[in-house]
Amino acid sequence: MKKSKAFWVYLALALVIYAVVQVMTANEMIDLYYQNMLITICINIMLAVSLHIVIGITGQFSIGHAGFMAVGAYVSAICTMKLGLPFIVGIIMAGVVAAIAGLLVGVPSLRLKGDYLAIATLGFAEIIRITFLNIDYVGGAAGMVVNHMTTWTYAFLGVLITILVISNFTNSRHGRSCLAIREDEIAADAMGINTTYYKVVAFVIGSLFAGVAGALYAHNFYIIQPTAFNFLKSFEILIYVVLGGLGSLSGSVIAAIFLTTVSQYLQAFPETRMIIYSVVLILVMLYRPTGLMGTKELKDVFRLKKRGGSEA
Amino acid sequence: MSNPLVKLENVGIQFGGLKAVQNVNMYINKGELVGLIGPNGAGKTTTFNMLTGVYTPTEGDITFEGKSIKGLKPYQVTKRGISRTFQNIRLFKDLTVLDNVKIANHHLAKHSILSSVLRLPSHFKGEGKMEKESIEFLKIFGLDVYKDELAKNLPYGMQRRLEIARALAAGPKLLLLDEPAAGMNPQETQDLMDLIALIRKEFDLTILLIEHDMSLVMGICERIYVLDHGQLIAEGTPEEIRNNPKVIEAYLGEEVKN
Amino acid sequence: MDWLQQLFNGISLGSIYALIALGYTMVYGIIKLINFAHGDVFMLGAFVGFFAITRWEMGFIPALITAMIVCAIIGVIIERVAYKRLRNATRIAALTTAIGVSFLIEYTMIFFRGATPEAYPKNVLPEKTIEILGAKLDYKIIFILIVTVILMVLLQFIVHKTKIGKAMRAVSYDADAAKLMGINVDNTISATFAIGSALAGAAGVIFGAYYTRIDPLMGVLPGLKAFIAAVLGGIGSIPGAMVGGFILGIVETIVSAVGYSLWRDAAAFIILILILLLKPAGLFGKNIREKV
Repeated sequence: MKKSKAFWVYLALALVIYAVVQVMTANEMIDLYYQNMLITICINIMLAVSLHIVIGITGQFSIGHAGFMAVGAYVSAICTMKLGLPFIVGIIMAGVVAAIAGLLVGVPSLRLKGDYLAIATLGFAEIIRITFLNIDYVGGAAGMVVNHMTTWTYAFLGVLITILVISNFTNSRHGRSCLAIREDEIAADAMGINTTYYKVVAFVIGSLFAGVAGALYAHNFYIIQPTAFNFLKSFEILIYVVLGGLGSLSGSVIAAIFLTTVSQYLQAFPETRMIIYSVVLILVMLYRPTGLMGTKELKDVFRLKKRGGSEA
Repeated sequence: MSNPLVKLENVGIQFGGLKAVQNVNMYINKGELVGLIGPNGAGKTTTFNMLTGVYTPTEGDITFEGKSIKGLKPYQVTKRGISRTFQNIRLFKDLTVLDNVKIANHHLAKHSILSSVLRLPSHFKGEGKMEKESIEFLKIFGLDVYKDELAKNLPYGMQRRLEIARALAAGPKLLLLDEPAAGMNPQETQDLMDLIALIRKEFDLTILLIEHDMSLVMGICERIYVLDHGQLIAEGTPEEIRNNPKVIEAYLGEEVKN
Repeated sequence: MDWLQQLFNGISLGSIYALIALGYTMVYGIIKLINFAHGDVFMLGAFVGFFAITRWEMGFIPALITAMIVCAIIGVIIERVAYKRLRNATRIAALTTAIGVSFLIEYTMIFFRGATPEAYPKNVLPEKTIEILGAKLDYKIIFILIVTVILMVLLQFIVHKTKIGKAMRAVSYDADAAKLMGINVDNTISATFAIGSALAGAAGVIFGAYYTRIDPLMGVLPGLKAFIAAVLGGIGSIPGAMVGGFILGIVETIVSAVGYSLWRDAAAFIILILILLLKPAGLFGKNIREKV
């Protein structure tokens, strides 16, 4: 009962945010710059949450998330620009193909652990990127021209569905199996959990939503290029998850919102941005390696505060 | 007695060139409580690991309920009905006590990923059943008061109990306990032994118990196997084992070496 | 003989990979950390060598030694400041920090001097060619190979014949036991970083002298590929790193030579994935299984 109450509160809050932005956009109170920023925030939240299920929940260290984003971006762009299909079909195809890519990458590489898995995912992401670089059909290094189609409504629904699916998954026997793998893979196996299966499932779900985010990203700019999906992009997504708190969905959402906002203001100073990113990341890892939120969710923090308040 | 529940035939395993365990022949009948003892490094845990699929024996065969379980993965062995505890506690430390038990209960539930993601009625039904059953298990072990506590925050003795509760939640026919009383004081040990006797009756369990401490096993096991240097050196009732010169030598030898 | 020519090119590229790979493998062997910043130490070495040659008008060998010393110091600083606290941290925290350090070095460099490339003067190494079996062999290649071999022999000597080498092997085998035996683990780890970083610095100068173009992001790809070489050879194994480096260099050169130069970088990653899946311990590595 308690859980479902929190759910309706969050949903209501989300709808209010959506409506406010929508009304403000309609009345031209938010200009294009801020509209674009809001959409970028949404895309980055989706990327963060979709990596969170892989790293934060299942404990599998993937540093090639941008590869699946690239798959989604290109697949959706091919659908809309080359095949003339509607945007929504492009988005769905992006998710489906990225999920298949996640399956193909995940099945062999998730047998590896820790550092080796990390480096293998990085390798796969690079191979994906280099493949797009070499396909003339999608423009090679010059990139592919894409129409602007992503709207606030698409971006908002994208975030809502991503969070809903991933948090529903997490709060079920399936999500608990993934958590068990994160905590102790050998014990999880001994308790009857098919660890390989759940690692792959988490990876595929993560890839699916990275693909959808990629589709929204592709149609939010006028061009996509392979370089946009390099290791730097994977690193950026990783920062959201690690900084927000490994295992905290709300943590990665907050980190994604915060860092996207900061980096928008630092757009003119890319080096400074990267220096700040890396220094913050190193400091957090050295002094608070669980990330800012740890494994706690926003509701835990509030609950603690309330309890602390009543005791005082 | 008809067929034994589990049977090890000429089981052995090599790591590199080293024979860790060899020529082990064991059987456990349904409902028995059997002890596996031996000095440090005798191969007790290795035998457990072979029984649970962590290691695949390089020689011999293991059958459970008449079917070979050799080569199965640990989770598959668990699904067949063998579950275990670990010598050095392996709880899911950062999860709650309740979640620890629920995870072991996982493979007994049926609701699909899709039903959970879409929050279909089968999800709520399945999760509700898991919750109820898991709390029942916690109650047996007196752990229900700690259900929302993180496993790592439990006192040591309670962590040992939770390990057993968790193994039980996996619905085993054969329960393997790897030094469940390690690090406990005599009172805690006695309570634990009583508890083991209780769950055995309650759940109609067959139990194989590893213990380093011989005196402890003597009191509760019906039959005992003794391993030394990777080989079985004796088998029999506690009385027979106590008087077996080979066993005395194995244990005394260890003490002399120490 | 076109093929022989390509083989020589492959060997010179491979010796650079091998030198960088040695640092990865030594550090991984001792603290189980993929030091992502290692490729950037290689970049810093290239720049130190560049300044030594152009500003201070040093010859190749003095510049090489200067770069090695500076990089050794940088390596120790990185270890002491960033990695030392991580010895008992989770893998994810350690690896993330290493990636962070890598980006910090790269972008600090860009911040201070911009991203523009520099060019090593052409005459650092003599511009001569020798003809062997019809293949034109650049004198540079021979020079690089000699320097690489000397450094590797020196490393083998340090690891197997000196006290610090013994300490390094002991710590990588079992750090706790080594500590109990009176080995100063902290200093041994620092020494490992110093030696590994010096080799990366040397690789940087050799890279500059051979390919001339250097820039602040030059360490990223060679760094990753050297890591692949280390994995290929079996991480933790010194001869493995050397062999892995040469194999990778030769394979890449062949892939380019047969007309797939755009796929060259992918080839390295494909090798990585194949080796991880088929023989994760690498060519010379040992299998380790987790104790249950």
